[in-house]
Amino acid sequence: MPNQYETVFIVTPILTDDKLKETIKKYVDILKNDKAEIVDEIDWGLRKTAYPIQKKNNGYYYIIEYKAEPEVIANFETLLNRDEDILRFLTFKLDKYAIKYYVKRRQERKTEKKDTEEKKDVEEKKEAEPVKSE
Amino acid sequence: MAFSKPDIKFVIAPKIDVPKKKYCRFIRNGIKYVDFKDPDFLLKFLNEQGKLLPRRLTGNSLKFQKKVARSVKRARHLAILPYVSDLMK
Repeated sequence: MPNQYETVFIVTPILTDDKLKETIKKYVDILKNDKAEIVDEIDWGLRKTAYPIQKKNNGYYYIIEYKAEPEVIANFETLLNRDEDILRFLTFKLDKYAIKYYVKRRQERKTEKKDTEEKKDVEEKKEAEPVKSE
Repeated sequence: MAFSKPDIKFVIAPKIDVPKKKYCRFIRNGIKYVDFKDPDFLLKFLNEQGKLLPRRLTGNSLKFQKKVARSVKRARHLAILPYVSDLMK
């Protein structure tokens, strides 16, 4: 039975946008090729680090949540280790409480998104209506 | 000879400061997972230098103190929290 894992990694901020997306996509594809089931991806964006890593004061955080066999992890971690564009990474196994927490948080995020979209719709309607009346 | 009653009602002075009973906030609030990606929450368990506060100050149960410690250490590795700092709050 596959375990559920989560990997957080920090990409260097000096890359261009295209290259950054490429590197992130590369690692997602590696997982997919190893028959891992991607549950969720969170783009945390550029964040200031608490202390300098390799003389850089910020980094691009990316989180992947996936279900995979334990053998996949070793391969994935060596690849991350060899890449100079990755400043730091952390993989850990999610226990049952963590999985519950993440499921809950995902639902919250979805509702938030819906709310903002609905708000946008309402605002657009509001904007549209007075034009008509004028 | 009638004895007048003394004004002092208490033989032993009552304790003015009754210390509040400490409690584990995780058990009380039903939190079962300590997320290391939430630095604002983890700050409650650190002192100004970014060191972990002991259980006797936070009141956490042993189970959750261990989980907090693990989360803080993960957060430090990913540079979400500092290893050392001055005046963090």
